[in-house]
Amino acid sequence: MRTRDLSYWLFLAPVLLALALVVVVPMLLGLFYSFTAWNGIQTGEFVGFQNYLNLFKDERFLDSLWFTTKFSVVSVILINFIGLSLALIVTSKIKTSSLLRTTFFMPNLIGGLILGFIWQFIFLKVFASVGEAVGMESLQAWLSTTETGFWGLVILMSWQMAGYIMVIYIAYLEGLPKELIEAAEIDGASTPQRFRYIIFPLVAPAFTVSMFLTLSNTFKLYDQNLSLTAGGPYNSTEMVAMEIFKTAFVQNAFAYAQAKAIIFFIIVAVISLVQVYINKRREVEM
Amino acid sequence: MRNRWNIKVEVLGIALAILWLLPFYLMFVNSFKSKKEIFLDTTSPPEAWSFDNYITAFQELDFLTTLFNSLLITVVSVVLIVLFSAMAAYALSRAKSKMSTFLFFLFVSAMLIPFQSVMIPLVTVFGQFDMLNRGGLIFMYIGFGASLSIFLYHGALNNVPKSLDEAAKIDGANRWQVFWHIIFPILKPITVTVAILNIIWIWNDYLLPSLVINTTGSETIPLKMFFFFGEYTKQWHLALAGLTLAIIPVIIFYFFAQRSIIKGVSDGAVK
Repeated sequence: MRTRDLSYWLFLAPVLLALALVVVVPMLLGLFYSFTAWNGIQTGEFVGFQNYLNLFKDERFLDSLWFTTKFSVVSVILINFIGLSLALIVTSKIKTSSLLRTTFFMPNLIGGLILGFIWQFIFLKVFASVGEAVGMESLQAWLSTTETGFWGLVILMSWQMAGYIMVIYIAYLEGLPKELIEAAEIDGASTPQRFRYIIFPLVAPAFTVSMFLTLSNTFKLYDQNLSLTAGGPYNSTEMVAMEIFKTAFVQNAFAYAQAKAIIFFIIVAVISLVQVYINKRREVEM
Repeated sequence: MRNRWNIKVEVLGIALAILWLLPFYLMFVNSFKSKKEIFLDTTSPPEAWSFDNYITAFQELDFLTTLFNSLLITVVSVVLIVLFSAMAAYALSRAKSKMSTFLFFLFVSAMLIPFQSVMIPLVTVFGQFDMLNRGGLIFMYIGFGASLSIFLYHGALNNVPKSLDEAAKIDGANRWQVFWHIIFPILKPITVTVAILNIIWIWNDYLLPSLVINTTGSETIPLKMFFFFGEYTKQWHLALAGLTLAIIPVIIFYFFAQRSIIKGVSDGAVK
């Protein structure tokens, strides 16, 4: 098959058409609209960088960006820690290994929206009744403050994603050469030493993959945010994805929301690329 | 010594698994309680296992229609993503040229674009062409699903020797026949991975259907769940029965396909 053959283009046609109309054209249009006073119907006048200048003074947007960053950093650390721990548990010589894998992975099959609703019930009702029973006031009125809303999202996300990350670490752990670990054992390396000097360096590529996934998933989070806290109280747990959605479809500020979306794209792209670059370099050094 | 250590690990694992299932347990037992019983006690099993909440939730959710909509959209989208992405990846992997490299790069780089960045123009453009319906939604899923699917197929195709294509050509098969009779069947393992990753994503997607589907009766499960939940936030017994209903199809799917699902997810992430 050659590029100038008709069959080449026929094989590519369906996805090219879909990608062009769904991703490429909207991306270019969006970039164009972000420099105008577009209201969703009429393009309006060209305003240059005005939308972009405005968003750097927009406290609600900046707050959502800061909240998202904090949430992502804490979640990435927790999810990777729990995910790796679960992977180490289920790859040791235990009888219930496959049953445990199935269990830890389960939340990932259920949509974030539904998981958020389930946890809303737990935080609001179960925590309140347990708090009352044991006399811990701190368990009551969860999700009603910025702090508890933040941790609510972190708990939900860690519970959901740790099983996914576990699966990735398992793939690498099971690929480790057994002779190497046994040899170290014979040479008298302790469990922490084996972990520090053999297992950890060898699963470093898994860390690159899982960090990329956790970071992009937590940074772009929308469904869980919507169903667990809906951004409340007073928009204090509103993440960037939700803030952009509301600017566009609640306030009808289409061009302005689009400028935010472009900034969002740049941030996501930069974080993803920098993160992969740094991790790749670290892998080589080890 | 070794044995004792393993027992400790096993006990820890089981304890964590119970903790992991606790949210589902709480959802399940409370879905059988009355409003009052939930108010009094959220942790014990219900006094009586009554299906009243389920009957109401089933009707309010219009569950069979909603389930059918989700099935229809997921199945059609995933089948088309699989077929079209495999075809495209085949062309890109067999015709090595600058054009192929460029197109492959274009497809893969689309993965970096967060949905929010294209969401607003996408909805307005499709709205102008009267495409905010189930057909439009499936078309969008093909566009968004193509990147990862082509990436995975492309990787697998590079391991399929070209001599296979050539042998079939000598026997008189054309491109189309070579692909469907020889290549596509060989790709079965990666097809399972591609299908599973797309099923999980499309089945659970909320944001895109919420923007595209605006006629009553065409809602998918997550979309209907959102409206249902909004109406029943003060009536947890009904809300929980609805959530349990929404999860049942996934649990059935997981029960029958757990091995392929976990393998598919792991292959998809690692490759």
